[in-house]
Amino acid sequence: MDIMTMLKQLAEGMIVTGQIFFLTLLFSLPLGLIIAFGRMAKNGLIRTISKIYISIMRGTPLMLQLIVVYFAPYYVFGVRFGAGYRMVAVILGFVLNYAAYFAEIYRAGIQAIPVGQHEAAQVLGFSKAQTFFRIILPQVIKRILPPVTNEVITLVKDTSLAFVLTVAEMFTLAKQIAAAQTTVIPLMVAGLFYYIFNLLVAFVMELIEKKLGYYR
Amino acid sequence: MNLLEINHMKKSFGDLEVIRDFSLSVKEGEVVSIIGPSGSGKSTILRCATLLEQMDDGELIYMGEHAAKSVNGKSVYMSKNVLKKIRSYFGLVFQNFNLFPHYNVLKNIMDAPVTVCKVPKEEAKERALKLLDQLGLAEKGKAYPYQLSGGQQQRVSIARALALQPKILFFDEPTSALDPELTGEVLKVIKELAAQKMTMIIVTHEMQFARELSDRIIFMENGVVVQEGTPDEVFHSDNERIREFIGKIEAVY
Repeated sequence: MDIMTMLKQLAEGMIVTGQIFFLTLLFSLPLGLIIAFGRMAKNGLIRTISKIYISIMRGTPLMLQLIVVYFAPYYVFGVRFGAGYRMVAVILGFVLNYAAYFAEIYRAGIQAIPVGQHEAAQVLGFSKAQTFFRIILPQVIKRILPPVTNEVITLVKDTSLAFVLTVAEMFTLAKQIAAAQTTVIPLMVAGLFYYIFNLLVAFVMELIEKKLGYYR
Repeated sequence: MNLLEINHMKKSFGDLEVIRDFSLSVKEGEVVSIIGPSGSGKSTILRCATLLEQMDDGELIYMGEHAAKSVNGKSVYMSKNVLKKIRSYFGLVFQNFNLFPHYNVLKNIMDAPVTVCKVPKEEAKERALKLLDQLGLAEKGKAYPYQLSGGQQQRVSIARALALQPKILFFDEPTSALDPELTGEVLKVIKELAAQKMTMIIVTHEMQFARELSDRIIFMENGVVVQEGTPDEVFHSDNERIREFIGKIEAVY
């Protein structure tokens, strides 16, 4: 098999990998904020539930979580979905898992904002929502960019776990080709792909950091 | 009518009684200074008066409107909407400024009038520029807080409070985070406000300043008022403790 044919086959997988990546970020970033609020809620029950949720999501393998999300509808509710559910389960599993990590990053960022910022906003008459979205959140985003970049880079590499639900993302294909052709080249190509993907991620995050560097 | 009336304010943090029984009425145009050693409850009074903290018992009344009533030995606060209206009557200047670091000076001053009071942007901007000019910061509108000295930051935070056109302005040790040189420029601004008959309540350690500026001085210790009177009365007090405190502070500054 020549390298062009191989790349063509891998390209299909790259699209799937990209889909997992972007859809996970799209949903887990806002969901993480909601969980962070739960984790900091005044209501003890909400706080405990959020804490347990985060603890389970961080404390068990993502691979296992994907399997659970995939099989739970059948074993718990007796509902059987078509083959299309595999990709949905992958996205769902990734979103639920990454939201837990993002939640803790948000919480650290929110709690690091001096209480004086809240008080100044309150005395000026800002509502709680206005205070959060106008005053607190912009400062939180600036502070949490480095740890968020870490998570996003990990996510790029974690997408390969989708193989467990036989979703043909790039690494799954690379392994198949490698086995069929008895060569490690597809795996090396896959490695290069992740590396370039992450270079891009780091580049974009650095741009954002620079953009927010106008204040201290 | 009194602009502000505090009746029998009480406040504890856990077992610690910070304010035992504090009352105060302030008329329009009056300048009242609260002095006393650290931990005497001065800042807590301001925090309760500005609704950052809820008192345990006592009444809080602005312009004849209750923010809190005393019912069976407990303070009962009015609804959110009433408190929102009452918040528009006062402004507070913090010890460490608390400017919004991600907004430039102009936006720091304009943001509350525009978002909270729905003042048209152009009008808010005009008002902000006028205030900056008045406070000697005309050039600094586009600067970010981190680019300013402490004294400039504190003047911006005074402008931010004034932009909402409060009836009464509270200062919580406005110069305690500043070195003596910068202290002067902030005190000058406060003096100018006093000359314009702005009603102010000032917690401060600047004795000379309090003496020059105030219509009334309140000396507090351990959560109670030890003496209240004109600057002359307090500075020539018979009370041993007050003489000692004022003497020590003046020796330091």
